[in-house]
Amino acid sequence: MKKKLVMIGNGMAGVSFVEQLLKLNPSGYEISIIGAEPHPNYNRIMLSSVLAGDASMNDIILNDWHWYRDNGIRLLAGQEAVAVDTAQRSVTTSAGERLQYDDLVFATGSLPFMLPLPGADKAGVIAFRDIKDCETMIETAKRYRKAVVIGGGLLGLEAARGLINLNMEVSVVHIHGYLMEKQLDETASRMLQAELERQGMKFLLAKQSDAILGEERVTGIAFKDGTREDADLIVMAVGIRPNVLLAKSSGVEVNRGIVVNDFMQTNVANIHAVGECAEHRGMVYGLVAPLYEQGAVLAKRLAGAESGGYHGSVLSTKLKVSGVNVFSAGRFAEQPGTKSLRVQDDLDGVYKKVVFENGKVVGAVLFGDTSDSSKLFSAIRSGKDYTGSEREVLFGPAGSGGGGKGGASTADLVTAMSGDEIVCGCNGVTKDDLAHAITEKGCASVADLKACTKASGGCGGCKPLVEAILTATLGADQVAQAKEGICGCTTLSRDEVVDAIRKMRLTTTKEVMHVLDWHHPEGCSKCRPALNYYLGMAFPEEHEDEQESRFVNERNHANIQKDGTYSVVPRIYGGVTTPEDLMKIATVAEKYRVPLVKFTGGQRIDLLGVKKEDLPGMWKDLDMPSGYAYGKSLRTVKTCVGNTFCRFGTQDAIKMGVDLEKKFERLNTPHKVKLAVSGCPRNCAEATIKDLGVVAIDGGWEIYVAGNGGTRVRAADLLTKVKTEEEVLGWTGAYLQYYRETANYLERTSEWSLRVGLDAIKRALEKQEDRDALNARIDKTLELTKDPWKEIIESDSLRSAFETLTSPAGS
Amino acid sequence: MGKVIVGHISEFPERSGRVFRMGSLELALFKLSDGTVKAIENRCPHKHGKLSEGIVCDHHVYCPLHDWKIDLHDGIVQAPDQGCVNAYRVEVDGDGEVILFLEDGLEAKVS
Ligand SMILES: Cc1cc2nc3c(=O)[nH]c(=O)nc-3n(C[C@H](O)[C@H](O)[C@H](O)COP(=O)(O)OP(=O)(O)OC[C@H]3O[C@@H](n4cnc5c(N)ncnc54)[C@H](O)[C@@H]3O)c2cc1C
Ligand code: SF4
Ligand code: FES
Repeated sequence: MKKKLVMIGNGMAGVSFVEQLLKLNPSGYEISIIGAEPHPNYNRIMLSSVLAGDASMNDIILNDWHWYRDNGIRLLAGQEAVAVDTAQRSVTTSAGERLQYDDLVFATGSLPFMLPLPGADKAGVIAFRDIKDCETMIETAKRYRKAVVIGGGLLGLEAARGLINLNMEVSVVHIHGYLMEKQLDETASRMLQAELERQGMKFLLAKQSDAILGEERVTGIAFKDGTREDADLIVMAVGIRPNVLLAKSSGVEVNRGIVVNDFMQTNVANIHAVGECAEHRGMVYGLVAPLYEQGAVLAKRLAGAESGGYHGSVLSTKLKVSGVNVFSAGRFAEQPGTKSLRVQDDLDGVYKKVVFENGKVVGAVLFGDTSDSSKLFSAIRSGKDYTGSEREVLFGPAGSGGGGKGGASTADLVTAMSGDEIVCGCNGVTKDDLAHAITEKGCASVADLKACTKASGGCGGCKPLVEAILTATLGADQVAQAKEGICGCTTLSRDEVVDAIRKMRLTTTKEVMHVLDWHHPEGCSKCRPALNYYLGMAFPEEHEDEQESRFVNERNHANIQKDGTYSVVPRIYGGVTTPEDLMKIATVAEKYRVPLVKFTGGQRIDLLGVKKEDLPGMWKDLDMPSGYAYGKSLRTVKTCVGNTFCRFGTQDAIKMGVDLEKKFERLNTPHKVKLAVSGCPRNCAEATIKDLGVVAIDGGWEIYVAGNGGTRVRAADLLTKVKTEEEVLGWTGAYLQYYRETANYLERTSEWSLRVGLDAIKRALEKQEDRDALNARIDKTLELTKDPWKEIIESDSLRSAFETLTSPAGS
Repeated sequence: MGKVIVGHISEFPERSGRVFRMGSLELALFKLSDGTVKAIENRCPHKHGKLSEGIVCDHHVYCPLHDWKIDLHDGIVQAPDQGCVNAYRVEVDGDGEVILFLEDGLEAKVS
């Protein structure tokens, strides 16, 4: 008969313990877990990232429902353990279930400490502890503006950062004169404060809260010094206390936490405790790394394996706020008998302090540059004596050039680490676990290792070390380039997907997803448009364009605006129009009561505010080709006057522009493409911030590429100089086709050229025969295009999709 | 109110939305690849995007404005975003008529 194990608490420490136990002894226990939260086990640490918008709730699930089922674990989610009968060896839950146990584990974590201020029970006053709190903050940010975070520690600052990302105004109230006083010294703390102020945080330091104001819902907070601060939301992040109530009422010995020995046993037979609820040698830990070490010891104990027991941990911290690198470990405050080595560089905002006692590193604080963190943390843990060579810890051996880095190299560090040393504190992954995954399971990149062992999946602080272990184990050449799929539906990269499409002659998105084992049967809004594009690019003739995989603008051939109306932009080649066309446009605008007529940035006329139902009618009345202002496609070719009228013009910029636009209109491209032609180097058409710009010079043309006037302004690079108009068209065709064939979907030419390199592009277009081949392919594609407006006007079935359904009268 | 015939199944292109309007009510109807038709309010809980214009992936639609993902079975917004829209029961009868149920009690339950 299997023994019965009951665990109270479905949190990080507890479930990590169960994972270890399952590894050591998969069949020893029949396991039940009682968890008060209605979720499977998730990574609490990552709540900060969810709040900051860097991860989704789904990303932070550590073990999903299947994991429990597959491992035969009974999870009583959403139930609380309310009583333990130590004599009968049973636990009762809030739903009235009674579970017998042979071994019981308390892993109840801790409760956020709520300041007992008057008004603390008002709506809008919360802690930051679980998914529910995180959801409350996200929800609140949609309706309210001003948040106050009480507590300038790690948690408070992470909450504040998240709330800023949610567009709230945030003030952080802290009782001390400087932030994170438990982890930082004043110098580092002031640097941190300055950086966070730059990110938009406001600080109220040395403030004692007095009362929370408001009727039902909080409206503000008053301080002891008589000042006040408005608030629609108050997040208290002032500390935690071990959740020990149930243990205490069950007769288990409790001090601050549940008292355990080196093997995580309490004073009651067969009852153990791990995690934040446990107190070991007078210490209660609030970070996961030590809790995992505790779990590992308990797992060995219950699996009947040898272990030396748990002897306490050295702590290290990292603030998970983007753009801020902070690290602290061990005893970093100077005390009698300690000496410290400090580097402070206010210019670069870097501060480093290493504290020694009797020649050993006992603590460290790093701000700005935390690349030495793994090394220092390891030095603290190893207890190595550096007497006489203290400086080497930061600067490396004398004569090696000094500088911020150096010292023992990361490679040396990896070699020096023992196998059972934890590399990823967040997920309790040891060096041996990683080595095993690399040699036995074939992991060859940090991403593989993350998928396989979860290492670096938490706060990400251990990523450099994971990388170093990978390199040390495999050798640098073998390390695969870190790999990310084109979307959440696949791990395959763009190139792998396009390769497969070409090699296997896949011609529909459905086929691609099926053959390449997509995780979701019909993909998502990211991969579907991308695949549709890649298929059309690879097989222009065979692939049938999939309307349902196109973004709304390209399906409705007009730009969707924020209120659900559309804008219509007729094609006006080179920006040149006629009085007749202008009159026609004016008449149509009047007929359909277009609320706004304006010129676009590319010299075209924009008719804004059109109802979807009116689109086909307008197109018909306009009787002009579509201007494609909505597509991932050639948008406009902007031109200046050129030598037609301008006294400086050296060439006919208008004709060049019109010819380019006529030739390449309707071309599908990875992203929108804008062209311009200027008649002389004065460049009035601003051709050097376009995807491709042509500038006339005396006796020829310069072709510029990969410019951008959008969010990230980028001046174009000179691709080549040519003599004739024909050559301009030839180079443009080759360039556009090369972009079409090699860019990621939704990658503008400016990003693409940075990624693949201008030299590579020049090389690909250097030879006439290569350009000819590219042009042959683009011409084939262009041959097949049709004007979508005309198509829809001519087809009843296409047009009907624009009509609204109504109920038959009287029903 | 009650049952309303909104059209014939042949008028519904697969995996694209159609708009149905009655009084102040505006719904988005979608024919999924399994042939069933789903109806939800045509108004994204985020910033009121027209859901009828979204990309449909099995039984989800992605809002065209900011890509929120909504389950067409029950109208629930998928994590990490939150919220829901009303979902309505739709049936396709033997002749291919698409019938929408608007009676209060018959609204598809938003669980
Ligand atoms: C926002 C945030 C950021 C953090 N960032 C970091 C970080 O960067 N690095 C780091 O090391 N640590 C971090 N921490 C701390 C870390 O998350 C905790 O140390 C760790 O989760 C503790 O694990 P645990 O299993 O002891 O407790 P928990 O993970 O809290 O699990 C305890 C569980 O037990 C349940 N429970 C309690 N009582 C009962 C009962 N009677 N019946 C049933 N279930 C019960 C609770 O609902 C809870 O789900 C962070 C914490 C938060 C909240
Ligand atoms: S770019 Fe040269 S040719 Fe064109 S309008 Fe300006 S000055 Fe005249
Ligand atoms: S309006 Fe729907 S996602 Fe923003």
